Amino acid sequence: MRSSLLLLPGPLPDAPRPTVDVVRVDSSAIVLMVAVFLASAVEMIEALTIVVAAGVSRGWRSALEGGAAAIVVLGVLVAALGPAIVRWVPINSLRVVVGAILLVFGLQWLRKAVLRATGYKPKHDENAIFAKQVEDLEGREPRSSGRDPVGFAVAFKGVFLEGVEVVIIVLTLGTTDHNLGLAALAAAAAAVIVAAIGVVVARQLAGVPENTMKMAVGLMLVSFGSFWSGEGIGVRWPGSDLAIPVLVALYGAVTFIVVRALNAQKARETRKVGRAELA
Amino acid sequence: MPNSRDGATLPARWLRAFWHFWWDFLVGDTPELFVAMLVILGVTLLLAKGVSTTAAWVAMPALVIAALVASVLRGRRAG
Repeated sequence: MRSSLLLLPGPLPDAPRPTVDVVRVDSSAIVLMVAVFLASAVEMIEALTIVVAAGVSRGWRSALEGGAAAIVVLGVLVAALGPAIVRWVPINSLRVVVGAILLVFGLQWLRKAVLRATGYKPKHDENAIFAKQVEDLEGREPRSSGRDPVGFAVAFKGVFLEGVEVVIIVLTLGTTDHNLGLAALAAAAAAVIVAAIGVVVARQLAGVPENTMKMAVGLMLVSFGSFWSGEGIGVRWPGSDLAIPVLVALYGAVTFIVVRALNAQKARETRKVGRAELA
Repeated sequence: MPNSRDGATLPARWLRAFWHFWWDFLVGDTPELFVAMLVILGVTLLLAKGVSTTAAWVAMPALVIAALVASVLRGRRAG
């Protein structure tokens, strides 16, 4: 549990600035690690689809180099921005801003996941994305014998754009919880595991339950967002950090009920349409 | 300073791209969630400062749930 010092309404004049890159494990750190890992895995699956499509159609060397270069740039962004944010932004302001961003971002993910789970929005189809990407790339000018700039650029752009969301999650969760090291480690672990699976199967990961992972990440982001923005504006959560898993459970229960209710309603509508067609 | 076809300078184009990125990221096709976040923080702040912190921590998750359900219902109608 964190000390009550962090729950005071404003920063103490003589309070030392919090440090980063100290790996601390408590209840909020565990939820943070899971959230960052799942978010990173979801985004890396999407990035992997693009890298594999570039590798298959334009050659593996350029595709892998493009993907690796993007990961290096993303790592530099985290390393440069993370400590600067913690050093220069007052903790309560950081919590309100980061909490607000996480709240909106988490609600967007959760909304999308609920609509996909209930069939009101089509699920993310990695097979279709892969096929379209290969078709687009094969239609471009023929690749040269050495490095292929098109393959490199497509892989770099795919990994970078998908990775920017991960960088924002790592920076927001990591800096606010003063656990940037743990957040970065969780994201890197997810990237390595997804890449390893990609190497083994050498194809897009269409079988991964991406929507379920997205729903779990959405729940955690909304919970962190509520907790930190609340703390930043003066809310004293009962149980301090223990409120985070309670919020995850509460939002999870509501999401479950909403999904069940919408599925039941959809089934009723389908039966009604079926009966009307028979009549 | 190099100009693009629309006459904007490089810093202006970067600023515009930066603004577009955050607009898409935070507002995008769900402006109701952005507005809900502002309302949630505003109401929670008023409760925390003017009523009690207990009222604030009870109200905040309730408002978040209301925002999620309203946005899902809006998305269902649109979908």
